[in-house]
Amino acid sequence: MTTALLGVEGLRKSYGDRLVLDDVDLTVQAGDVVCLIGSSGSGKSTLLRCLNLLEEIDDGVISFEGREVSDPRVDRRAVRSRIGMVFQAYNLFPHLSVLDNITLAPRKVHGVSKGDAEARARELLARFGLAEHVTSHPDRLSGGQQQRVALVRALATRPALLLLDEITAALDPELVADVLDSVRALAAEGTTMVLATHEMHFARDVATSVCFLEQGRILEHGPPEQIFTAPREERTRQFLRRVLPA
Amino acid sequence: MTAWQPSPRELERRAVRRSLDRRSLLVASLALVLVFGVLALGATLSPGWATVQATFFDGGHARDSFPAILDGFWLNVKMFLIAEPLILVLALAVALARQARAPWLVPLRVVAVVYTDLFRGVPTILLVVLFAFGMPALGLQGVPLDPFFWALVALVLSYGAYVAEVFRAGIESIHPSQLASAGALGLGRGQTMRYVVVPQAVRRVVPPLLNDFISLQKDTALVSSVAIFDAMFAARDYANYNFNYTPLVVVAAFFVVMTVPLARLTDWLQRRYAERERAGVAR
Repeated sequence: MTTALLGVEGLRKSYGDRLVLDDVDLTVQAGDVVCLIGSSGSGKSTLLRCLNLLEEIDDGVISFEGREVSDPRVDRRAVRSRIGMVFQAYNLFPHLSVLDNITLAPRKVHGVSKGDAEARARELLARFGLAEHVTSHPDRLSGGQQQRVALVRALATRPALLLLDEITAALDPELVADVLDSVRALAAEGTTMVLATHEMHFARDVATSVCFLEQGRILEHGPPEQIFTAPREERTRQFLRRVLPA
Repeated sequence: MTAWQPSPRELERRAVRRSLDRRSLLVASLALVLVFGVLALGATLSPGWATVQATFFDGGHARDSFPAILDGFWLNVKMFLIAEPLILVLALAVALARQARAPWLVPLRVVAVVYTDLFRGVPTILLVVLFAFGMPALGLQGVPLDPFFWALVALVLSYGAYVAEVFRAGIESIHPSQLASAGALGLGRGQTMRYVVVPQAVRRVVPPLLNDFISLQKDTALVSSVAIFDAMFAARDYANYNFNYTPLVVVAAFFVVMTVPLARLTDWLQRRYAERERAGVAR
């Protein structure tokens, strides 16, 4: 517990009257792959945004690398520079080439030299099968390619934790496989990840633990074998019946 | 759920946030006082300050010239209140004409391009002089002789060209996917413009639009060069009689007071759009 990379205790977040996260607890050890599942609006994305300090929380404590980061005095940029995030809609910068998208943060935030940043970017791009798109602009690429570029962009700064927010939700099935294979490879290397996903088979394969969210609460969590084969809660069973064709 | 009470940690955090806010406020106030204090000191301690104060900031002259300037300013106000809606209509029409793709509308596109090139190129003061003196001089029947009318036309044509370009930039900034999705719904090109592109474009260009309108409000002072008795003319008149330039500062104050509420209104409009359309991002 003391060595956890990321800890969340009693997290609460509301938008006005709408309670989006209610008393959420979560522990992520280095090397864990935590999958957040649940229907749309259950709070998966908001949880990820809170972890990255993109949202001001209403209560609870978030700690990362051994210190509380939900303290208002904490330098958010320093925290975020250790956390990578990939969004559902890619959010690449359309005015920059693929290479510039990837080297922006390493060079401007982490002070890496242009040469080193580009070398790392090229190496990562080659690994994810994007070597020939280095100089292209994002809009010239397919959705799957764009999302892999976004993944590379998040990885370029060597983050201690990677947050993936339904990164395949906007892709067609053929391209989903490409992106998921990339994530699978990262998981196999021991990259620590928290990801919201609708891909249940994928979650079953790569997750070290799965959390089922329902109306802003983590209703049930455990290793994937347990959640997918013997869920404790009726609501979880219902959800899985609907998303997993028999 | 209504029974939720903030935890002690959260209460502590709120206290910290409040104290951080207080500190920001303090720093901001100090910075303001310091910067403006230094500027004010720099001006008042300069060797010529006494002369400048007497010729530009004389309370007595300000009071004496005020009524005439107020009268004249009313004319400036009337002028831009009439001109602004006309400019909007003209500019949008020109911008749309430049976007037209139908082959039989090519002459219209040519007219639009020539118009913007020409009227953006000519200095506004020249347009005002040419129209206010030249048009009545034609002596054509039915052509108004009133210089106010022609000065207004000159301003509308000049600013229409600028604002048309602003609209065009807005229209072209709308992502092609919006055109595609409107087209996919079966909307025609005109309908796409009317219901999808232009509403988004207008929102996007509100700040530069305001910029041009403020510029226009100030440029109504150019009509003083064709003997129209506006605020500027009144001020110069007074200054020439009394050898004191305070009225010019009074005019400046009038224009500033006129533009500030407009700027705040635009800020408010922008915020409202952002809140309505970008939930969770802007606040």
